[in-house]
Amino acid sequence: MKNLTDQEKGDMLDNCKKATFLIEKQQSGKIGFKEKLELEYHLSICEMCNTFMKQSAAINQFVKKVFQRGKTVKLDDGFKAELQKQIDAKLDQPSKN
Amino acid sequence: MLTTTNTPDSKAGGPNLWVANYADYLYSYACSRIDDNELARDLVQETFLAALEGWEKFDRRSSEKTWLTAILKNKVFDVYRKKSKLSQKETVSFNSPGADEYFEESGHWKEGRFPEPFGIEDVALENNEFDGILTSCMKKLPPLWKSVFTLKHIDEESSDDICAQLELSSSNFWVISHRAKVSLRECLQRNWI
Repeated sequence: MKNLTDQEKGDMLDNCKKATFLIEKQQSGKIGFKEKLELEYHLSICEMCNTFMKQSAAINQFVKKVFQRGKTVKLDDGFKAELQKQIDAKLDQPSKN
Repeated sequence: MLTTTNTPDSKAGGPNLWVANYADYLYSYACSRIDDNELARDLVQETFLAALEGWEKFDRRSSEKTWLTAILKNKVFDVYRKKSKLSQKETVSFNSPGADEYFEESGHWKEGRFPEPFGIEDVALENNEFDGILTSCMKKLPPLWKSVFTLKHIDEESSDDICAQLELSSSNFWVISHRAKVSLRECLQRNWI
């Protein structure tokens, strides 16, 4: 098990852009081993990115919920009648077999 | 004088019941993935017509509903693909030169862009108002980002599948996922607090 070098730590010190990028990968289950160390290091010193991480996870959950709850939108009756007519017309065509 | 239909006999449904049984469901499915109701309506129509063509070959290993949804899903992908081709040029690499809206050159958050707690972090709240803001923030994402975001979070497609469907490179996919999340989060912060 390897730790980050001072250079690598230095690169992550202020790098919220990379940290949030890695958060996205982590929450998608696609983070690499070294990336994980980089993210952990950054999160140990950055309050804002901790906030981001929690919010990002919450957003993922919310989005899913919003869609599962998704209201049924009704297609208007006129259009449905049109569709039905089209389908009926096709069904009435004599079969080719 | 015809007493039998020329479609295969079916215990559950059959094409003449599709509109009654599935039109609203399919329309809702399309509307939630494409925010253009006209287009969603057309896709439902195309789905039924395509399904009629393939009806004889439908093997009934899945339910009618699942089968119809799969046809519609492919049509949604076609729409996404078209949009993604149009906006492919907008995509930028992670370290693209030029000003970043959110981050300094060093990678640090820009002044005025700092993430702040806004009260959704620890609670699994059910809140219609928040749902509404989330939905309208999602609508503000550029088309390609929105497609990626939708596929990723709502349909839970794997990143490999999304890249293949939208003809995106994996690195572009991650850059887009990241940017979409950053801008969605900020939109929530601005509108919710």
